[in-house]
Amino acid sequence: MKHDKIERNLGILLVFTMLAISAGGMVEIIPLFFIKETVEKVEGVRPYTPLEQRGRDIYTREGCYLCHSQMIRPFRDEALRYGHYSLAAESKYDHPFQWGSKRTGPDLARVGGKYSNDWHTQHLIAPRSLVPQSVMPNYPWLATTELKYDDIQDRLKSLRRVGVPYSNSQAEYQRNVEEFGEDVAKTLHIPDAQKNLEAQAQSGNYDTDPSNITEMDALVAYLQVLGTMVDFKKYDDDYFVKFR
Amino acid sequence: MATASIATAGVGTSEQYNYDIIRKFAIMTFIWGAIGMFVGVYIASELAYPFLNFDNPYITFGRLRPVHTSGVIFGFGGSALFATSYYVVQRTCQARLFGGEGLANFTFWGWQAAVALSALGYMFGYTQAREYAEMTWPVDLLILFVWVAYLAIYVGTLLKRKQPHIYVANWFYLAFILATALLHIFNNLQVPVKLFSLESYSLFSGTQDAMTQWWYGHNAVGFFLTAAFLGMMYYFVPKQAGRPVYSYRLSILHFWAIIFLYMWAGAHHLHWTALPDWTGTLAATFSIMLLLPSWGGMINGIMTLSGAWDKLRTDPVIRFLIVALSFYGMSTFEGPMMSLKDVNALSHYTDWTIGHVHSGALGWVAMITFGSMYHLVPRVWNTQMYSVRLINVHFWLATIGVLLYITAMWISGIMQGLMWRAFDDFGNLQYSFVESVAAAHPFYVMRAVGGAFFLAGMILMCYNMYKTIRQGSTEAHAGLNVAAA
Repeated sequence: MKHDKIERNLGILLVFTMLAISAGGMVEIIPLFFIKETVEKVEGVRPYTPLEQRGRDIYTREGCYLCHSQMIRPFRDEALRYGHYSLAAESKYDHPFQWGSKRTGPDLARVGGKYSNDWHTQHLIAPRSLVPQSVMPNYPWLATTELKYDDIQDRLKSLRRVGVPYSNSQAEYQRNVEEFGEDVAKTLHIPDAQKNLEAQAQSGNYDTDPSNITEMDALVAYLQVLGTMVDFKKYDDDYFVKFR
Repeated sequence: MATASIATAGVGTSEQYNYDIIRKFAIMTFIWGAIGMFVGVYIASELAYPFLNFDNPYITFGRLRPVHTSGVIFGFGGSALFATSYYVVQRTCQARLFGGEGLANFTFWGWQAAVALSALGYMFGYTQAREYAEMTWPVDLLILFVWVAYLAIYVGTLLKRKQPHIYVANWFYLAFILATALLHIFNNLQVPVKLFSLESYSLFSGTQDAMTQWWYGHNAVGFFLTAAFLGMMYYFVPKQAGRPVYSYRLSILHFWAIIFLYMWAGAHHLHWTALPDWTGTLAATFSIMLLLPSWGGMINGIMTLSGAWDKLRTDPVIRFLIVALSFYGMSTFEGPMMSLKDVNALSHYTDWTIGHVHSGALGWVAMITFGSMYHLVPRVWNTQMYSVRLINVHFWLATIGVLLYITAMWISGIMQGLMWRAFDDFGNLQYSFVESVAAAHPFYVMRAVGGAFFLAGMILMCYNMYKTIRQGSTEAHAGLNVAAA
C-alpha cells in the first residue's frame, strides 16, 4: 500500500497509529500480571498495619519518593550500604509503589530497625542537627500535628478493593489467620482498625511523646517496618535469582 | 487576564481561522513558563541551601517539585502545544477549528483549571505520588474530558480539510493526542478513599504499578515532549526557513518508527530493580533502536535549512529552532546510552538523569517552543516582534543556562555514581552517603545559576511578547478607526 493512501484517509491514519502505539505496552505490561515468577514466593510479607499505612500516606503526601528510592539493586556496594536487594514481593501490597527514581538522599527500602525511634523523630524535625551536610527539609510540624485517623476504615476498605487482604468479615479474618498468623491477622481486621492504630501508637511510642498520636508516630512506624518483613537468613542466596 | 482582553480587543470573530483560542493559549504559555521555571529555580536553590524550605510545609522540596514539573510540562509545554497545534491544523487544512468557539474555549479553561488545581493541590499535600501523574483523581477526570474535546476538535478539523493530504505535522500532533489519552487513562486507575475524598490508592501495586508508571513516564516524554514538539518542528522550521522539509520519505519513516518504538522503552527506567529482567532487556533493545528515528527527525529538521545556512547568522528565531534540534539530537543519543544496563548501573538514581531530562526539556522542548512562538505571535496578532535584539539576548541567556545546568548535573551525577560504588583498599565502602551529598553542593549552586539564566531569558521573552501584543492590539484599533473614518 502506498503511504499516500494513509495521508489522504484519516480513518486509516488513526487506526494504524493506534496499532503502533498500543503494541509496546501490551507486550511489556500485561504478562506481568500472569507470569507467576514476576513476584517471588517468600514468607513474611504482610499488608501494613493501620498506623503504618497512615504513615505511608504521609510519606506519599510529602513527596519523599522524589528524593528517596525504595529499591536496592543487586550490586555489592548497595548490599553493603543498604542490605539485600529488594524483592518484588516486598512491595506487592504497595499502592502506589514507591520505588522512586532519584537518590538525593539514601535508599530507604531497608531503613527499618537501623535507627532508633528517637533518632528518626529528631532527624525528621531537624535533619541537620544529626547530619550536618544533609539537604533535607525540616519537618517539625509532623511532631505537632495530630494524626487524622477517623477515616482509617475507609482507607483500608479502598485498599481491600484494590486487592490488599484486609479483612472485613469473619471468613476473611480466618483466611488471614491461616496466611499471616493470628497476631498479624488481628491488625488487618478493618472493624478494629481504629483500636489497633491507637494500641500500636501507644505501645510503639514512636515519636517519644506518649500523650497523643501525631503524624510523626505514623511516619516513624512506617519507616521502622520498611524492609524488615522478610527474614533473608531463611533463604539460600540463589533462591531469589530464579525469579529475576 | 488583563492581557487577554487587550489581546482580543478589536479582533472580530469573522476571521478565516479561530486565532482567538491561539492567542489565549500563547499568553498562558508565557505565564506558565515563567511560573514553572521560577519554581524550578527555587527548588534547585533549596537543594543548594536547605534553609530555603523555611520549615513551611507548603513550599518544601517534596511538595514543590511536582508544581515545577506540572507547571513546565503541562502548563508551559501543554499550552504551547494547544496553541501551535490549533494554529497548524487550521492553516494546513485551510479550515476553521471544528466545534466552534465553545468547544475550543472549553479546552482552554479546562486545561488551565487542571494545571492550576494540580499545582495548588500538591502544595496542600494532595498527590497520587506517581511522577508526572501526581494529579488527584478529580483533576484526572477533568483532563480526560478536555482531552476528548481536544481529539474531537482535531479530528473534526482534519475532516474539514480543503487539502487532500494530511500534512506531516498533523500526524505527529494526532499521535501525541491519542498516545496521551492511552497513557493518561491506564496510569491513573485509582480507587478513591471516599467519594468526596481527593485521596486515592492506585489499582495496581508493586512491580506492575512500577511498570505502568514508567510506561507512562517515559512516553509522557516520548509523546507529550517529543512527538508533539516534532509536529511543531515540522511546521515552524520550514516556515521560518522558507524552505520545504528536507526529505519527505524520511519524515514518513521516522514518524512510524518513533511512535512504534517509543512505547517499548519505558522499562529502562527500572533496570536492576525487582522488575523481571526480560522486560528491561526488551526496553533497552528498543531504546537503542530509537536512536535511528530520533536522529532521522533531527537530520530532517536541520537539513531543511540546507541552502539557507546564512539565516543562522541573521535570524535569531532560526537559531532557536536549529539549536533546539541539536539538543534534541544530543539527548536522544544520551538517552539510549543511559538505557544500556551497564551505563544505567552508574547513572540511575543520580543527578545525571536530571541533567539528561533538562537537556531535553530546556534544550529541545523549550527552545523549539521559543522559536515557534516568536514566529507565531506576530502572525496571530498581525504585527512585528517588538524587539529582535531581545530575541537574540534571550537566545544567549537560554543557551548559557542550559549548558551550565547540564554540565553541573553531568559532573555531580557521575561523581555520585562513582562515589557510591567506590571501595577502599580494605574492601570497605570508601564514602558514606552524606559525603556524596556534600560533594554535590557546588554543582547544585551551579545548576541553580544555570536555571536562573534560563528563567531570565523566559522573563525577557514575556516582556518582549507583552510589548508585541500591545503593539498588535494598538495597530488593530488604529486600523479599525481608519476603517470607521
